Amino acid sequence: MAKPLELEVNGKRYPVSYPADTPLLYVLRDELGLTGTKYGCGEGQCGACTVLIGGAPRRSCQIPVSAAAAKPITTIEGLEKDGRLNPVQEAFLDAGAFQCAYCTSGMIMSSVGLLQTNPNPSQAEIVQFLQGNVCRCGTHPRIIEAVQQAAKLLQEHGR
Amino acid sequence: MNDIEGKVIIEPERYEFRAAPFHQFELARRDFFKILGAGIAVFAIAKDAFATQETAPGHRSFHNEELPKDISAWLHIGEDGSVTGFTGKAEIGQNIRTALAQTIADELRVPFESVRMVTADTALTPFDAGTFGSRTTPTITPQLRRVAAAARDILVEAAAKEWNVAPAGLVAAGAKVTDPVSGRSLKYAELARGKTLAQNLPAEDPITPATHWTIAGKAIPKVDGRAFVTGRHQYTTDLRPVGMLYGKVLRPPSFGATLTSFRQDETKAMPGVFVVRDGDFVGAAAPTEREAQAALGAVKADWKEVPQISSKELFDYLKRNAAAKTDNRFRTQKGSVEEGLASAAHRLDATYTVAFIAHAPLEPRAAVAQWADGKLTVWTGTQRPFANRDELADIFHLPESSVRVIVPDTGSAYGGKHTSDAAIEAARLARAAGHPVKVVWTREEEFTWAYFRPAGVIEVKSGIAGDGTLTAWEFHNYHSGMSGIDTPYVVANQRTEYHTVPLILRSGSYRGLAATANHFARETHMDALASAAKMDPLDFRMKNISDSRLRAVLEAAAKSFGWPSKKTQAGQGFGVACGNEKGSYVAAFAEVAVDKNSGTVRVVRMVEAFECGAIVNPDGLRNQVVGAMVQGLGGALFEAIEFENGRIKNPHFASYRVPRFRDVPEIEAILLDRKDIPSAGAGETPIMAVAPAIGNALFDATGVRLNNLPMVPNGLRSA
Repeated sequence: MAKPLELEVNGKRYPVSYPADTPLLYVLRDELGLTGTKYGCGEGQCGACTVLIGGAPRRSCQIPVSAAAAKPITTIEGLEKDGRLNPVQEAFLDAGAFQCAYCTSGMIMSSVGLLQTNPNPSQAEIVQFLQGNVCRCGTHPRIIEAVQQAAKLLQEHGR
Repeated sequence: MNDIEGKVIIEPERYEFRAAPFHQFELARRDFFKILGAGIAVFAIAKDAFATQETAPGHRSFHNEELPKDISAWLHIGEDGSVTGFTGKAEIGQNIRTALAQTIADELRVPFESVRMVTADTALTPFDAGTFGSRTTPTITPQLRRVAAAARDILVEAAAKEWNVAPAGLVAAGAKVTDPVSGRSLKYAELARGKTLAQNLPAEDPITPATHWTIAGKAIPKVDGRAFVTGRHQYTTDLRPVGMLYGKVLRPPSFGATLTSFRQDETKAMPGVFVVRDGDFVGAAAPTEREAQAALGAVKADWKEVPQISSKELFDYLKRNAAAKTDNRFRTQKGSVEEGLASAAHRLDATYTVAFIAHAPLEPRAAVAQWADGKLTVWTGTQRPFANRDELADIFHLPESSVRVIVPDTGSAYGGKHTSDAAIEAARLARAAGHPVKVVWTREEEFTWAYFRPAGVIEVKSGIAGDGTLTAWEFHNYHSGMSGIDTPYVVANQRTEYHTVPLILRSGSYRGLAATANHFARETHMDALASAAKMDPLDFRMKNISDSRLRAVLEAAAKSFGWPSKKTQAGQGFGVACGNEKGSYVAAFAEVAVDKNSGTVRVVRMVEAFECGAIVNPDGLRNQVVGAMVQGLGGALFEAIEFENGRIKNPHFASYRVPRFRDVPEIEAILLDRKDIPSAGAGETPIMAVAPAIGNALFDATGVRLNNLPMVPNGLRSA
């Protein structure tokens, strides 16, 4: 019998009982109850399910849980530290960069991923990076503004 | 139509799901205070309902145990000074939770933070036909203002009684009543303490004019914003009551297919799995979604399919199958089109088409159903909670009082979430399983089994005099609908007709309804007429417009856009379009760039001016206007549902293209605040002028007139 799977999510270890080939998204939402990560298409086409795996933004609907077990995972629930929002969350809030907000978790996680590798992205780079994230409410201009604002916050505060 | 929508006529949009008959509100007064705690409650009764009630004496007494059956809005002031407003409208991303709380705070003279809204819960909120037709702001906002004004009066009277002075000189402000003579004051909380006072009022009280608003009219950020950026907000899809199972439904292979044989032998050994067959419905509930899906995979089902029409024959079909006779409601006539055409210097005939498109809300249709003691509770993302409740009651043979529908703030709808499909599916499975069941549609189900914005064919025949004055206007819409069908231009001779056609695909409401189709046809046609008259497209429009509000949005947007613009590079083009609908006005200007070698089309810049009377929240409004511009761009350029013989051929985001970051142009939204005009809704009208403005810009760039939506699903190869 194979060793039971374990995931490290937001700094906490969780045993996983779902089959190893279950997409990570369903384990996060249904088994661990971390419902901040959203189902939008299950096809890797909309970005609503984006989480960080080993710091890199990934579509959790496309990754079997077994393949995600080796690296630490961060979900939207893991960004806030001691009641303090991550600068990206803060910037989305300040810019009012959401309407129905169903895409927001994925947008924020993708943006956190972008700013980790590119702390000062141009507008074109933001557009390119978020091309895989769908916002049906059409809030794109404010999302771009929020990412630029977050980049500033990160640089100013060195956070 | 129920009395909340009042006497406002929502145009007979054929595909708008009809309002349910009026249903009784069951909550007794004692229950109301049990739920909310003691305090002061004020209920607004719609004016018409009140008049009716006067012929049935006794029923309306304030002292009755039962709450009136036809309340349109209410609010409660608790002993701690907290204020709760109630509305049957749903929050679907349009930000009414914030705007309505602002309205109450403004009229009641309390801090914004002390107001909370309870929305779209059939057990707690007044009956409402549904969140559609841009009706929340024009109908619910004044009603909540009236109840808030009445509550203020009650508080003033209570203070007057306390001090034994006349109420006339007292001032209600800052969540307290003050006596300017003696300087003493009592907080609302103190005045509400120990009371269980319920007061009804006919909804006629004067309300604060927009020029005196202090909290409404301000750019207050979305309430609960923090819950959304932290992932804490629970959408329907996120709910997980104890013992909940996941439900899946077996879909037929094509539309209209019927189940001819069914076996489930192999599913019987699956632990914890419930399979249900009821007529043509087959579904499974299981501890995980995967197990439910596996159970459906193991079911043996045969279906009888029926032939269906396909996208390629769509527009011929619409023309061939139009009803022979048009209902009078669908027709307007003025002067003589024939004479107008005969006297014209230029005449133009053209045909326009629009495709079926999908709403594709990012949160798919979903519901969680829970049965207890023969009563059913359903959480579902719907725009019509009361209609959902009635349908569930009907289907499960329950009294309406045994069904409660609750709408968590929902992951968008755009007119697409009127029906109760997921709710019925979850409830059917939950009843069989004896557990709560959640059904979340897959993206493919969303694209296939939801409903679509109807396709249509529009024929326009027109004439203008030598100086550009319209002399004749004849407009026929086949199938797509009535919204925005009447021209805002001055034409002495006109005929407008909407022709019904039997449904091809399941069709329904969509942001703006047919207004997008009708504006596309009209505004594209107006542009072509401007060309024929050798006039500037804006000048040509202005010449034929008398409505000052329409002129104002055109002037504002033109100024900011820099119209007329000079072309500075090859493939560049500029276009304009405008219109009015549902009490608001819009003008859009677009700049496009066409790469003549590759055929690539790019919208470079859009400026839109929008005016919907007094602005309640400019921040939320700006989001709605910009959002509509982006969403409209998809239907303008590339969105189309393709279907063949009862199957959707592109039911995925990979094959159904929606606007993404790269598609979004530089956008400017100009919001004209008319404090002298009552606030109208803003969710829909800002989408209408987007497609024709882009199309007219493409004509300017290429000389090619694109009369079919979407205009360039595969680029502009022929350019």
